[in-house]
Order: sequence, then structure tokens, then C-alpha cells
Amino acid sequence: MNKTAKTKFLNQTRTEKISRIGTYILLTALCIMWLYPIIWIVLNAFRTEFNADGTMVGTVVSHYWPKQFGLDNFRELFTNTYFPKWFMNTLFVAVFSCILSTILTLSVAYVMSKMKFKLRKPFMNIAIIMGLFPGFMSMIAIYYILKALGLTQTLAALILCYSAGAGLGFYVGKGFFDTVPNALVEAARIDGADEARIFVSVILPISKPTIVYTALMSFMAPWMDFIFARVILGEQNTELHTVAVGLYYMMYGQIVDTSRFTVFTAGCVCVAIPIVALFMWLQKYYIEGTTAGSVKG
Amino acid sequence: MEKLIKPFVRFYRRFIDGSIGTKMSHFIMGAGNIYHGQIIKGIIYFLIQAAYALFMITCPEVNSTPLGYKAFINIITLGTKEGDIFTAAENSMLMLLFGVVTIGITLMYLFVYNSGIKSSYKADKDIKEHSRVTTFRQDLKELSGSRFYITMLTPATLGVVMFTLLPTIFMILIAFTNYDKEHQAGLKLFDWVGFDNFIAIFTNPGGEISARFLPVLGWTLIWAFFATFLNYFGGVLLALLINKKGLKGKKIFRAIFVLTIAIPQFISLLAMRNLIGEYGPMQNFMLKIGLLSEPMSFLANASNVWIARITIILINLWVGIPYSMLLASGAIMNIPVSLYEAARIDGARNFTILRKITMPYIIFITTPYLISSFVGNITSFNIIYLLTAGQPKVTGGYIAGGTDLLVTWLYKLTIDEQQYNLGAVIGILTFLITSTVTLVTYRRSKSYKEEDAFQ
Repeated sequence: MNKTAKTKFLNQTRTEKISRIGTYILLTALCIMWLYPIIWIVLNAFRTEFNADGTMVGTVVSHYWPKQFGLDNFRELFTNTYFPKWFMNTLFVAVFSCILSTILTLSVAYVMSKMKFKLRKPFMNIAIIMGLFPGFMSMIAIYYILKALGLTQTLAALILCYSAGAGLGFYVGKGFFDTVPNALVEAARIDGADEARIFVSVILPISKPTIVYTALMSFMAPWMDFIFARVILGEQNTELHTVAVGLYYMMYGQIVDTSRFTVFTAGCVCVAIPIVALFMWLQKYYIEGTTAGSVKG
Repeated sequence: MEKLIKPFVRFYRRFIDGSIGTKMSHFIMGAGNIYHGQIIKGIIYFLIQAAYALFMITCPEVNSTPLGYKAFINIITLGTKEGDIFTAAENSMLMLLFGVVTIGITLMYLFVYNSGIKSSYKADKDIKEHSRVTTFRQDLKELSGSRFYITMLTPATLGVVMFTLLPTIFMILIAFTNYDKEHQAGLKLFDWVGFDNFIAIFTNPGGEISARFLPVLGWTLIWAFFATFLNYFGGVLLALLINKKGLKGKKIFRAIFVLTIAIPQFISLLAMRNLIGEYGPMQNFMLKIGLLSEPMSFLANASNVWIARITIILINLWVGIPYSMLLASGAIMNIPVSLYEAARIDGARNFTILRKITMPYIIFITTPYLISSFVGNITSFNIIYLLTAGQPKVTGGYIAGGTDLLVTWLYKLTIDEQQYNLGAVIGILTFLITSTVTLVTYRRSKSYKEEDAFQ
């Protein structure tokens, strides 16, 4: 009796051990698959290989590991392209659209969650329906409107495009405010605080998770977005481009120039490092926000 | 129906029951407020009415196209003067736009007009009940008090109206015109054509656009289905692996996958495109181990459309699995431990627990995500545009390539080909698909029905 129980125990640990090792191997293999393209980008950024005639090899080459490392791609990027300008443009757009979007989103989210008024439900239904139109259907219209009115394509127009409609994305924030106990608001009301005061000094101080989430999302959007910036800013205005559009046109402009691939990857590294660092730093809020948003719909 | 009539009944009652000031307010805004001594408020209302009247009568022009009452006429005719070599044609596109803008301004004016009457009516009541009216200062204070929602919603609403609603309505209207390459704004007038564009897409025999519509729609749905469900189950499996009991280094594994979420898509997708391209290291590797006999294209120049399509779906796994892994991880960690313990006491095996507890729980929590990601995939632009730009070409292409989705086709039709009306029709059809999917599923879901359960 005792003996059989013991062998069973041993067997179980052995199968468990095998399955654990299997899991490790599988996960490691998957991690390699996921990291393979990323590492390739980084390697290409530092790839310094030369042709027989002494010019640099900038194209995609078929060996993964560079034969020689160097900073020539970065030098090229910062001296012979508009990259520093693109970077500052994107930062400018990101900061302002982040501020605007966060204010708009949070105000709508709070009102929809904690205030009662006649048009609340219709407002929410309209917001859901509006959100279902393909985003760049309106973007294309905005582009032609700006063009027809002779308004030059500016970064300010881009900021408005990113943030003016932000109120529609109130759902995640509303999900958060729904979890704030009503008693808190009621207590403040009884103490005689008016609604504005309740929002500013009772609600905002405890809303860090949702504020950070909204701000993070809207700050990252301009770095990630490719299509809005491309349509609104146009191909010609190289000086006005954001990093995504600028780097894309560097390779796939009117003339496809594959010889700038390594310079392109150097640009990618310069963009990705700050964004990834920011994201990893604040990922707790991202995970909370995404999960909450999905649970609540 | 009753709901629709109610405001008009109320409007009528106010006119009948109101004081002489309120009656006057129906004609001159703010009259009632001034009658009751609310001078500043009355003047503000009056100025709004004056500004609106001035706007409608003087018809200010932008780019020699008038707003105001003339815009109402123009939105019906869409211009009458054709251009010749000396003068430009009237700009039908701006006429349409300004018509919509003027209608919007008029609706807003009517809203304010009604609120002016309401405010005067309220003053009547205040006199009757408290024998005094609210001061301007008190009214202002309300905006941070009981009517704080107005203060909070106004900026967001204005932004949405100007940058989402107005452009969307404008594009919807374009679908009913013949605004295309042959009718460029300012060169040639365009006109209303009713449902002709829709008919052309569905029935026009031999028309290229109708020949391509169903294939593109079909691929869009296939793509959305596989992209959603493969990513979802891939993510759930990965989450189960990572969250396995007793596994060390969970955080590191998770961080590696989260890392890929943070990398902008234009970087990762363009990297992928070159990595598996004819000159990339991936093909070199496949040649070496004998999987391929010669370099071939998997994307834009693929010999078979399905090679490109399957490649896109596979690459999308790389992009999408980390997202759903994060969500599923969140769900797994939220499963009450007591559930597991109870199951173990009942003698359940690991697999039974997975099948009876873990999976149902994950699916229950993440269903809303499935719906929104299906909709997101129907309108996903980046992945197609950056990987293949809709290529490879297919016979009878009409701009749409083999991997074009409805949205990338819409983009090409409007931006590259200036077929604005057809683009707009595609946009409307896309909306119909996404909204049907969403409304049917959301309305049934608990989170919609019990939206205010937590408040």
C-alpha cells in the first residue's frame, strides 16, 4: 500500500518534470521565433559591410549575422536625412495629441459613468455607432476638406485628427470609473462640494491607472500610426513627416530605394528604443486597461 | 413614434402656457429672459440669434463658394455653372460640404433656440414658485454644479462633430453622387445620381468594379475570421503555457512577447517583409536546408494569390498572438483558486480542470474582445498595406489586388484613383458589415444589457 503510493508519487513527479522541461523548450523556441525579426533589425542597424568598390552595402543581404559592426548607418541617418526633424515632429504631435485626447476621453468617460442626465443612453449609442465607421473614411474626407479649403497640411491638423474624436473612445475609462464606489461621490456631494470639485479633487487623484493608460495609448499612437500621417501630410512635404511616414518613404517612395535598408533599420532602432522603454515601464497600466476594457466591453 | 412627437408637444405647450416674455422668446431669442430681468443671459441669446441670421442672410464665401441660405440651394443643385477655358466651374464638392456644414449649424442653432425658450419658461416657473429668478452668476455656477456634464461633454462633442461626424456624413453623401475622376471638383460639376453607384457595384454586368467586389468581400471575411480565431487560440495556448504552475521565469517569457507589442507595426511588418523576401536571410536558410529549390516571393509578387494570403495570416500570428496572450493571462490569473481546489478534492485531472474550468472562464471573460478584434480585423489597414500593398495582381484587377481588403481598396479608390463615389460606397458597405456583426453580438452580450449593473 505504502509502496505503491510512493511509486505513484515518483511517477507523477517524473511526468511532471518531463512536461515542465517540454514547456521550457517550447517556450524558448517560441521566444526565438518572436525575437528573430527584432534582433535582425538591430543587427542590420549596426551592419557595416562594403562592396568591392568601397561603397557601403545598404540592401537586404542573405546572411543574418553582419560581417562587421559599425555606426555608419546612424551617422548617415543623422547627417543625410531629415530623421532628427521627423523625430521632433512626432514628439511634438505626440505630446499635444496626448494632452488633448486624455482630457477629452476622461471627461466623457467620467460623465457617462457617474452623472445622470436625460441624453446619457442616446449619447452612448451614438458613440458606439460612430465608432463602427472605418476610421479613415472620415480621414479621407478631412484630407479633401483641408485641401479644398486651401488649408496647408500642417502638424496641427494632424494633432486634431488624432485627438478631436478621442471622446468616442471613452469605454475603457468608463469601465474604470464604474468601479469607483458611488458612495465616494455621494459623500463629497453631501459635504457640499460641487461636481467640478468632486471630479478634480476626489476622482482625479485616484484615477492614476486610467489616466496613465489613456495618456500612454494616445502618446504612442503618433509613433505607430502610418496611414493618417501619410494622408494628411502628403508625400511631398518631407520636412513635415513623422517618423513612420518619413522612414517608409525613405525606402518605398516614388522611387523604391532598397539600398537604404540599413539606414532605415537604424531609424527603426532610434524610434523603437524610447517607445519600447516607455511601454515596458508602464506596461502594468496597459495590461490593466486592456483587460478592464475587454471585460466590460 | 411618441418619443419623436414629444418635443414638439412640449414646444407648443410652452408657447401656450408661457408668460408674454416666453411667447416673445419664440420670435426674438432672449426676450423672455430680459422680460424677467435676466439681462446678460437675454443679450447672449439675442446675439446668438443675430449672428445666425447674419450668417444665413449674408452668405459668407470661402473659396468663392457661399455658406448661409445659398448653401441650402447649392446642396440640392450641386452647382449650375459649368466652367470653360476662361472660368472655373463651380465647385460641387465644396457646395456639398458647405450644405452639410450649414445644416449642422442650423441644427445647433435650433437646439440653442429651444434652450432659450426653455430658460425663459423656467424663469416663469421660478417667479411663480419662489417669486424670484436665478441670477447670471447662479446660472454660471450650475455649469460646475448640477449641469457639470454640459461643461464636460461640450469640447468632446464639438471635436467629434467636426472631425468625425461631419466628414462621415459628407462621405456618405458622396456615395450618392457621380464625383469621380471625370468630375473633379472645380473642373467639372458633379450631380446626385441616387443609388446608381450601389447598383453598379452589385449588378453592373461586365463592370470591373462589380466583378471585383465579391472576391474582395470574400477575402476580407476569410481574413477576419482566421486572423481573429487563430490569434485568439494561439494566444490562449501561449498564456496557458506561460502560466503553467511551477514554471520559473514567467515574467521573462511574458516580457519578451510584450516587447513585440510595443514595437511600432510599420517597423515589425516592414522587417518581416524584407526578412522573408527573395534576398532575405530566411530564404537563404530555406534554400540551404532544401525547403526551397530557388528564391521565390511569398508576398507581393507571389505566383499564387493564396501563397500571399496564407503568408499574411501567418505573419499576423506573430503580430497578434502577444495581445491575446496578455488578455488570456489576465483572465487566467483572475480565476478563483477555490474553483481549482474544489475540483481537485473531487478528483479532477489536470485536463478535466482545463476543459471544465479554465477554458470556459477564459472564453467567458474574453468574448467581447473577440467581437471587437473581428471588427478590427475587417478594417485592419496596416498589415495588408505594409506587407503587400494589396498585391499580387489578379486578372480583372480594377485596382484591387489579390490581398486587398475592403478598406485598402477604399483607400486606393479614393487616394490613388480619385473614384470618390465608389470609395464611399465601399466605406458604407464596410460599415454595414461591422455594425451588423457588432450590434447582433453586443446587444446580446451581458456587458451591454447590464451596462449599469456596477454603478
